[in-house]
Amino acid sequence: MSTATASMGSSSTTLRNAVIRLAGNSQDGIQSIGGFLARLAGRTQHDVMTYMTIPSTISGGPSIFQLHLGSGEVLHPGDESDVLVAFYQHSYDAHFSSLREGGLCFYDSGEVTELKQERGIHHIGIPFTAATVEAIGGSARDRGKNMFVLGLLCAVYQLDRDKLAGIVSRQFGKKDESVLRNAMLAFDAGYAYPIGDMGTFHFEEGEHTDEHRLSTDGNTLMTMGLIAAGVRYGSAYPITPWSSIMETLRSELPKYGGLYVQAEDELAAVSMTIGAAYAGHLAVTGSAGPGLSLKMEALSYASMAEIPLIVINVQRGGPSTGLPTSVEQSDLLQAIYGSHGDCPRIVLAPKDVEDCFYIALEAGKLAREYSCPVIILSDQALSSRIEAFTEPDLDQHWMEPGLDLAERPVDFKPYPLDQITRHAPPGSKMASGRYPHVTGLEHDEWGHPSGNPKMHQKMTDKRRNKLVALAKSLPLPEVHGDAEGDALLIGWGSSYGPIKESVNRLRAEGHKVGAAHLRHLHPMPAGLDGLFAKYKHVIVVEMNDAGVYGYGQLAMLLRASLADPKIQSVCKTDGLNFRIGEIVTGVEKVLAEK
Amino acid sequence: MSSATLEATASAAPAADKLTKKILTADHPTWCPGCGDFAVLAAFYKVLEKLQYPHEKIVCVAGIGCSSRFPYFVNSHGIHFIHGRALPLATGISLSRPDVHVFVFGGDGDGFSIGGNHLNHAARKNVKLTYVIMDNFVYGLTKKQTSPTSPQGFKSKTDPSGSIDRPINPMKQLLASGATFIARTHAAQVKHMMDTFERAILHDGFSVVECLSECVMFYSGSFDDSTPRKGGVYDIIDETQHDVTDDVAAFKMADEPSPGKFGVYYQVERPTKNALEQKWIDSTQAKLAGLSQKEILKKRLETMR
Repeated sequence: MSTATASMGSSSTTLRNAVIRLAGNSQDGIQSIGGFLARLAGRTQHDVMTYMTIPSTISGGPSIFQLHLGSGEVLHPGDESDVLVAFYQHSYDAHFSSLREGGLCFYDSGEVTELKQERGIHHIGIPFTAATVEAIGGSARDRGKNMFVLGLLCAVYQLDRDKLAGIVSRQFGKKDESVLRNAMLAFDAGYAYPIGDMGTFHFEEGEHTDEHRLSTDGNTLMTMGLIAAGVRYGSAYPITPWSSIMETLRSELPKYGGLYVQAEDELAAVSMTIGAAYAGHLAVTGSAGPGLSLKMEALSYASMAEIPLIVINVQRGGPSTGLPTSVEQSDLLQAIYGSHGDCPRIVLAPKDVEDCFYIALEAGKLAREYSCPVIILSDQALSSRIEAFTEPDLDQHWMEPGLDLAERPVDFKPYPLDQITRHAPPGSKMASGRYPHVTGLEHDEWGHPSGNPKMHQKMTDKRRNKLVALAKSLPLPEVHGDAEGDALLIGWGSSYGPIKESVNRLRAEGHKVGAAHLRHLHPMPAGLDGLFAKYKHVIVVEMNDAGVYGYGQLAMLLRASLADPKIQSVCKTDGLNFRIGEIVTGVEKVLAEK
Repeated sequence: MSSATLEATASAAPAADKLTKKILTADHPTWCPGCGDFAVLAAFYKVLEKLQYPHEKIVCVAGIGCSSRFPYFVNSHGIHFIHGRALPLATGISLSRPDVHVFVFGGDGDGFSIGGNHLNHAARKNVKLTYVIMDNFVYGLTKKQTSPTSPQGFKSKTDPSGSIDRPINPMKQLLASGATFIARTHAAQVKHMMDTFERAILHDGFSVVECLSECVMFYSGSFDDSTPRKGGVYDIIDETQHDVTDDVAAFKMADEPSPGKFGVYYQVERPTKNALEQKWIDSTQAKLAGLSQKEILKKRLETMR
């Protein structure tokens, strides 16, 4: 939400932040101009969070890209927009209501013919299509009108034209020369288009002081994090919204001497990845909800055989094929408990785009240290949204891949009861002359099948106690806001920013509330009960169904493990990110109950 | 595993660099007396003795089934995986570790039923490994259900009045899949089995051998028609008459009625996935010569500034 009123006139208005919604069809390239603006924010010490909808169709269909740009911290993509750019009548009709009172609407005057006169919205009609065709000439038709709009927004918001042009030329530079030329012709036409006396806007200086800020989406950064963690091998099967991670790994890993394999199905993908892990590498597979279900048998194996493995699940709307391009957090229980048998594994969730890098690093460390599967629960919102953040310091975080083929000592046992399993990959000599077997059958310390009741109990203890030890070593999440009071909001995954912003609003309204975000979902840090004791209510905010008993998935787990009746839920499943207003209203409702 | 066996292998190892049957022997097999799989195991030991690969470079992989217990009985690196997925697991090992020799063992259920799709894809990708399918025409570990290779009319617990489904023809299926070495042998024909294994192992690509191996408990007499001492005929392919690079001829041969022919049906040289991926890795890395891995990632991150 804007903190400055866009007063009309020929003056320049200074803004602290603005929400811009671009509405068109998916082939219009609105994602790319949104991406350019988001990258620019990163380069001008501003902050940004984007949000987009993609139709679940093969080509075409209505689509939006929304950017929240700001000088300080931007925590959410915006409940309502300050500016709407409507490419078509249907875009205008569907998104007019997203504009705040007194907002600004740019529309393609060749497409949008019926306007609504209400709520003091200012309309500015510009022939995007005709002006683009005129600028590029020839048979260009309307391709490039996104660049025209980018130029227009650059002028209206007094953005750094040279930096923006640099980002554009780097993007198009790899393509045919005429592509960049046409793009810049359209951009310049938009930049120079006379928009009358509406005046211009100017962002306050960006407040970020870090030397290098990056801006990208969560899937891209997660991939970089995996490489930094030492991942060099793996396999997957394409599925939205996971695919872009496997595509990037496929093209990036050969640079590092590694290899990413497209498998014939999800079962083969996880199996090949376990093969690479057994062979001594840190390996990753990934998918979205339905694909994770297909991997479940092999994941149970990885728990039993104690194979270090990273598994990414970019959650989307379910059940079944569900809403493939929408956001939901409904795979938590599947991630923790989705396999047969008692099969301990670690489950983590990144809180924002920047955290996608660090969660991948942590997953790599934990997989190695505890020799078990580590599932990262990302989601569709994180996968595609762009944020700006401080460039990670690789000198500090880089982890060498390594393949340990050292000769194993005479007393080596693949499954020692008194130590964490450290597999000897093929190629490593055994001083004892006795070679190890890795197995999914219950086994003794040498990996020999064993149905001995005592041995099964001991091995079950061994596998589970790794997680008990991990829980004790995990720090409690930091609390944002009041350290005690009316309510503690608990969240996980991509709703970190919106929950934090909601706490800011609730506190401004006089409530004593705090928020804690769980990055470690299984095991959870020990001592949460002590933290919860400081609040009258604990409200778990998550994007999954409130369920038969009225509690979302994380709330249910917390209630089951802590038996604390003050744990309540604020849930939703409409396939969209939480709006600040929804969280605030939900929390106020709980607070008003008693 | 008896502790006596453990000590025996442990004490024998340090002195001997040479790979011997004694060194390669691990647990005593849990197969039923008379099972054809014993002969397959013995033949495998013998071929390894001949090939003398470094002990630590041998990996045995299996899925689920009687024959899939194989890795436990070989004193080498071994992994016993889940039902039907031994091939993709082995693919992960082979592609990420070109220095080791990957051997996959399994049965007809693993290979042609629950893991059937993986057989097609590992074959077309020409992943460097050797896969021995110990085919007994029946599910033995689960005590006599119909298998994908059970002949029509076979009475099992799931087909009490005789199997009605047409069985898979392994040779035809493998020929269509694009495997580059396809052979058929018999556990009761030790010499032929060893020769076939050796050729398969030395083939640079995806080599697969269907090895008929009788289940004496649940399908006794299944392979009498190819067992000379039981009155059958063991008809070995005459390679002066059969061109092993001719897939159409191989396909025709695969259509012969039971017991059919034994030997190498098909063998061609085609670049392995291992080699093609390595070529891509090498050409990609050549463009980055001089940069450390950390620097490569740093440069990539800089493009996001």
